[in-house]
Amino acid sequence: MDLNTIWFILVGVLFTGYAMLDGFDLGVGSLHLFTKGDKERRTLLNAIGPVWDGNEVWLVTGGGALFAAFPEVYATVFSGFYDAFMLLLFALIFRAVAIEFRSKQPMRWWRNMWDIGFALGSVLAAILIGVAMGNIVWGIPLDHNHEYTGNFLTLLHPYSLFLGVTTLALFAMHGNIYLIMKTEGELQAKLRRWVKFTIPAFIICFLLFGISTPWVCPHIHDVALDRFVPLGITFTIALLCVFNIPREVHKGREFRAFLSSCGAMLFLMATFAISVYPNMVFSTPYIQNSLNIYNGSSTDKTLGFMLIVAIIGVPIVITYTACVYYIFRGKVELTDESY
Amino acid sequence: MDVEILSRIQFAFTVAFHFLFPPMTIGLGLNLVIMSALWLKTRDPLYHNMARFWTKVFGLIFAIGVATGIVMEFEFGTNWATYSRFVGDVFGSPLAIEGIYAFFLESGFLAILLFGWNKVGPKTHFFATCMVSLGAHFSAIWILVANSWMQTPAGFHLAKMVKVTSDGVQHPYSTALEPGTFTLKEIALPEDYIVQAGDLDSIRAVVTDFWAMCLNPSTLDRLAHTVIACWITGTFVVISISAYYLLRKRHIPFAKASMKIGLTVATIALLLQLWSADSTARGVADNQPVKLAAIEGLAESTTEAPLGVAGWVTWKKDEEGNIIGINENAFKIKGLLSILVSGDFTDPVAASQTEVKGLNQLPSDEFLLKRHPDATPEELKKIRPEYWPNVPIVFQTYHIMIALWGVMIGLAILGVVLWKTGKLWDIDWTLGGKIKPVKLFLWALVFAVLAPQIANQAGWYTAEIGRQPWVVYNILKTSEALSEAVKAGQVLFSLIMFMLIYALLFAVFIYTLNSKIQHGPSDDISGKELPEKWKILSLKGGRQTTSAIKE
Ligand code: HDD
Ligand code: HEM
Ligand code: HEM
Repeated sequence: MDLNTIWFILVGVLFTGYAMLDGFDLGVGSLHLFTKGDKERRTLLNAIGPVWDGNEVWLVTGGGALFAAFPEVYATVFSGFYDAFMLLLFALIFRAVAIEFRSKQPMRWWRNMWDIGFALGSVLAAILIGVAMGNIVWGIPLDHNHEYTGNFLTLLHPYSLFLGVTTLALFAMHGNIYLIMKTEGELQAKLRRWVKFTIPAFIICFLLFGISTPWVCPHIHDVALDRFVPLGITFTIALLCVFNIPREVHKGREFRAFLSSCGAMLFLMATFAISVYPNMVFSTPYIQNSLNIYNGSSTDKTLGFMLIVAIIGVPIVITYTACVYYIFRGKVELTDESY
Repeated sequence: MDVEILSRIQFAFTVAFHFLFPPMTIGLGLNLVIMSALWLKTRDPLYHNMARFWTKVFGLIFAIGVATGIVMEFEFGTNWATYSRFVGDVFGSPLAIEGIYAFFLESGFLAILLFGWNKVGPKTHFFATCMVSLGAHFSAIWILVANSWMQTPAGFHLAKMVKVTSDGVQHPYSTALEPGTFTLKEIALPEDYIVQAGDLDSIRAVVTDFWAMCLNPSTLDRLAHTVIACWITGTFVVISISAYYLLRKRHIPFAKASMKIGLTVATIALLLQLWSADSTARGVADNQPVKLAAIEGLAESTTEAPLGVAGWVTWKKDEEGNIIGINENAFKIKGLLSILVSGDFTDPVAASQTEVKGLNQLPSDEFLLKRHPDATPEELKKIRPEYWPNVPIVFQTYHIMIALWGVMIGLAILGVVLWKTGKLWDIDWTLGGKIKPVKLFLWALVFAVLAPQIANQAGWYTAEIGRQPWVVYNILKTSEALSEAVKAGQVLFSLIMFMLIYALLFAVFIYTLNSKIQHGPSDDISGKELPEKWKILSLKGGRQTTSAIKE
């Protein structure tokens, strides 16, 4: 395996980590307004309270790693998706400060205002992330210098919007399961009723998306035939994970349900990666202008050096992140320090 | 307005706003470590209350630092795509390292710091405090490595990228070839190669020596200078709030103890800053002589160069409005700049003979001739000002920073004197008249929180505007670094949105901070309010102070 491929996987791992971890934060946010009363809402916020910031760092680090390893891709995608990324940034800002500020004042209007900011920010972020993924699979118009030549509306087409909705459904389900794990009593009973809606919603989107992609994206169609076996395996595992979720929830084993949901994301991302590899951004209609892991990358020297950096750093990060999750295991308790 | 100016305003605005917050958290983090260490050592619940209160303030500031930091991380790609392509091989690494080694560390242990009081014991908590503070310092280190590389690039070479097909033929980088049919090759360019506008789609800065890149000529100086500035900033937050409590006669033991820690740290840091500032300025003289001449408003190269203390500089223009030089009107100390630049304080007379270059000779003729080979001496004179930064602005920002150092060191030393004579706690003390000097002094301390903030901003404006027109010093111009895919309208819209959102954020931040301050720390020093896990420890030996638990 060459360095470029290793970095393709590493960047993929960082973004998958982001989806698995911040995915439930965004999911909690998108369910936030459906809960009633201050206590329930505070419980939701504090379920993610100690960890959301760390989760978001996966995105920041993913962005940094993309910049270091694939600067052309970083430059093309971020400048090409300018408006979309600005919206994403506004959404993330609102979400972050809403979590921090909401409980600092007792006034009704104050709390309602931040509740809305938190929920809208989360929903918007989830959809935009999906839309961005959708466009990467679908292809965007690039010229021979890899400069994006479309505009904001070019990015909004049925396929990408549908992937946006799918992502929202995925995160909402993921967040819902996470919340069942972190709550008890009446609120938990309520959340259990909600999965009857969030899980099927995601499964329907997921199946539609999985089946339609090879047919509507011509470049994926060829790849799907070529790499039928690996794609088949990852897709099937993803599917099994997805169908395992309702089963585990039904049996009251939330933690396993949560792991299944993480597994579903992992294998979905793997499917995604296998079907685009070695490309990173498809160019339509001029497919030869696409960015791949070779024409978009840094030099081997940088990739090699950064690999050492990552090999030392990532295990340390995973270790203490796991410790933090362990320390904050169990049901949410509201204390003085809570949000 | 065009994309260039809008992008520059947007970047300056967002980074300047971001930079209001990290200095406070970096500095407060240091103070938190000191307070928690004192608590572990003395087991005096007073220090525990202090750590708790300042942690809350810390959390609030941190949240805004995070929210505004994400913007910066992506802005290189969104607004400076050509820059990102050009330097990605070099510049991306420190940003990625910052993520892996700093942000994760900070945010992971922050959870324990903020919410862990009832979950972990005091020692683990202290460890978390140290890790958060360490993480904050790491963020500063890596982002400054990145920034310093832009100021004084090192450890890289320029290379022309070509595509090589299997038959060995080299094609220009922008040729469209089927993926998989070619490999990329870099052809190193001579050291003095000058980037032309048409090169930007194929020429890249490529790392040759990673450590030389990190430890480029200005990294260490600027790192020391900025981190010390951050300590000063955070410490003045502590001083200001404590002074406010003393004035309001609330939480007195808490305010006294915080004030003592604050004044001590501030005095030490401000003295260190003088040493670091001297070294930083000398670095600028060596590496960026144009910037030095600009910030000092020096028109002609001269020995016995004077150091300006205050005044103003304006542009000298010809009839057509072209800049041809500067008029400078400032109060100066003769020869001091030469001495400072030479760095030799043992023999001032000899040192004052050091020549300092002025703007009319900078950049040098050779430098200009390389870029404009056919220019006559007359034309060179006309071209030269295009390579100057905005002198009237940087002259002021630089001198504001220095003046504020003077103000702060004055306040800190006076504070220490009043504390040691015991007068600081006696706010109604008068010299007989109606004026209450200690009260006035404390009010000055309350507002002194603004001084390091203004100095920080002024310092960054000096550093960043002073390096114009370059984004990578002497290599890539800011005007060439933009995103080609982005239109002025898009940047205008995002800029307006940032301004609105940040204004809202700022208002909410001040409002919430104020209510935190009004609510104040806990005054309970009986140890009753300690978390369960901590109580046992507070009884177990340790140096018991008078206010410690008596049971
Ligand atoms: C509390 C804040 C503070 C204080 C009191 C000072 N500075 Fe400063 N200064 C900064 C905060 C700062 C800064 C914001 O942190 C900068 C911006 C870039 C950097 O590296 O540090 C800076 C930059 C900066 C630069 C430009 C560096 C460059 O362009 O690379 C110089 C020459 C000085 N400083 C010199 C001084 C002098 C002579 C001071 C007076 C004794 C002084 N500073 C006090
Ligand atoms: C945190 C403190 C900082 C402040 C207050 C600050 C301030 C500024 C200002 C005022 C400008 C505009 C200069 C002009 O256009 O005339 C600018 C530009 C810029 N700065 Fe900084 N800066 C800071 C840190 C950084 C860091 C750490 C980096 C890089 C890692 C950086 C990279 C840039 C870039 C890319 C530009 C745009 C190009 C340019 O106009 O030069 N800045 N900054
Ligand atoms: C262009 C320059 C900059 C970029 C790209 C940048 C990026 C970021 C990002 C992404 C975060 C959020 C991290 C998280 O989610 O935990 C952040 C926070 C932070 N940044 Fe920056 N930053 C810049 C300038 C600076 C400078 C100049 C300093 C200090 C000298 C600094 C110090 C910090 C610190 C300490 C934090 C932690 C949050 C806080 O303490 O408020 N940053 N920055």
